[in-house]
Amino acid sequence: MEDFRYLADVATLVLDEQKCIGCGLCTQVCPHAVFEMHENKAVIIDFNACMECGACVSNCPVDAVSVCPGVG
Amino acid sequence: MNKKQKIQDSDPFQKKGPGLSTCNVQILPDMHMPGPACGPEVTRPLAANEKPGYALCPYVDHFIDTGAGPVPVVRRELDRWDRLSTIAVRCGIRRHRYTVSPGLYGIGSPDPDSEVLVTANFKLTFDHLRSSLGRVSAWILVLDTRGVNVWCAAGKKTFSTRELVNRIQESFLEKVVAHKRVIVPQLGATGVSAREVRELSGFRVVYGPVRACDIPAFLTSGRKADKSMRQVTFSLFERFVLTPVELHGALKMAGAAALVLFVLSGIGPGIFSFHGAWERGLISLSALVTGLVSGAVLTPVLLPYIPSKKFAVKGILLGSLCTLLLLPFLLKGAGSMTGAAALIIFIVMVSSHLAMNFTGATPFTSPSGVEKEMKQYLPVQLAGVLVSAGLWIYSAF
Repeated sequence: MEDFRYLADVATLVLDEQKCIGCGLCTQVCPHAVFEMHENKAVIIDFNACMECGACVSNCPVDAVSVCPGVG
Repeated sequence: MNKKQKIQDSDPFQKKGPGLSTCNVQILPDMHMPGPACGPEVTRPLAANEKPGYALCPYVDHFIDTGAGPVPVVRRELDRWDRLSTIAVRCGIRRHRYTVSPGLYGIGSPDPDSEVLVTANFKLTFDHLRSSLGRVSAWILVLDTRGVNVWCAAGKKTFSTRELVNRIQESFLEKVVAHKRVIVPQLGATGVSAREVRELSGFRVVYGPVRACDIPAFLTSGRKADKSMRQVTFSLFERFVLTPVELHGALKMAGAAALVLFVLSGIGPGIFSFHGAWERGLISLSALVTGLVSGAVLTPVLLPYIPSKKFAVKGILLGSLCTLLLLPFLLKGAGSMTGAAALIIFIVMVSSHLAMNFTGATPFTSPSGVEKEMKQYLPVQLAGVLVSAGLWIYSAF
C-alpha cells in the first residue's frame, strides 16, 4: 500500500504508551501495519497510514488507543 | 426434537433457518434445470429437508446432523446463477437485497474439531468465502449484517460483539464444536471486541487474515497470519471492479443534472428555444458523460498514477486531461470560446466531485482526511458549476 497515501497529519490516532500492556492485538488487527511491538510495548511506526477504522480501539484491552474521526 | 427446531416449527415465518428462503421463488433449484414438463420423475435428494413455504437454496449441497440439529453444508463451487448475480450486484443491481440467511453452515466435511469461520450475510461475501477455502472443512457462522460486507458492517457496528455473541448462542455453537474458538476476519475487528466476546460467550476470538484466499495457509500454519495477510491491498483489479457501482451511484445524480442541462441549453436570444435545448443540450450532456467517466471510472482505475494525495485534485487533473484530448470537439460543439470554457469547467468540476466521492470506496482514506478535503473542495466544485452554467447561458446570446 506504499503507493496509496492519503492526506498527512490528519488522523486522530492517539496511543498512550503508559497504559499499553503489550498484548500486541493492535498489531494484529490494524490493516495498515501502523503499530509494531518494541520491547513489549506497542509503538506507532506509520502514523500517516492510519485510516481511523477503529479496529485497534475496539480491541485494546486497556483502552490505550483512541481515534475520534468527525462525520467523514 | 431440540429447542431450535421447536422455535422454527411454532413460527415458521418469523424464524428463517440458514439454507432456507421464504421469499425468492426464483432460486428454487429445479426452476433453472431444463427438462420436459411431464417427463420422468425428478429425484430430490434433499426431499427430507424440504418444508412447506420454504425453498432450499441452490448453494446447499446436503445437511449434516450435529448436536444442535441439522446444519446445511454448502458447495464450494459457484454455479452460473451465482456468477451472474455477482456481476449484477457489482453493477449495483439489487445490491442492498443480496443476502443469505444468518446462522450456522458447514463446508466440506466439518466435525466437532473443525474451525468456525465468522462472516457477513452479504451473499457476495458468503460466495467469496465458500469458493476461496480450497479443501478446508469448516463451520461458517454467518452474522446478520443486513446484507453488508464484513468491513463496512463492522464500521456500522452491525458486524459486532453483540451480534457475534447472539449468533453463537442462537446456533448452539457449543453443541456443534468441541473447542471454544471462532475465527473472525481481521477486517471485522473494527466492530468486535475480542475480550468482550470471550467474557459474554466463552468463545475466544482469533483474528484471521484480511483475505479469504489466505485462510487455508493461515490454518495450516497454526492460525498464524504473516504480515502480508494482515494488510489490505488496492490493486488495479480491486479498483476496477468498484467502478460500475460508482457509475451506478453517479447516474442517479446525472439524470437530474441532464434535465437541468437541457433546460439551461434552451435559454437564448428568443428566451427559450426547443431547438437550442436539443442541440446545445446534447453537447452539454456529452460534457457530463465525459466528467462521469473521468471521475468515476478513470480516476479510480488510474488512482496511484495521478499526482496529488487529494482525490478532488486527482479528479481535476484527469478531467483537465480529458478536456485537452477532446478540445477540438468541444470548440466545434460549443461554437464559441465562452461556450467551450463553460464545457471545460463543467467537465473538470464533475470529474473532481466524483473523484472525491470515491474516497468512500477506498481502503485507505481516513474520515478526518475526507472531511478536510470536502470542506476545501466542495465550495470550489459548486462555484465552478455555477460559473460554468453562467458562461453556458451567456454563450448562447
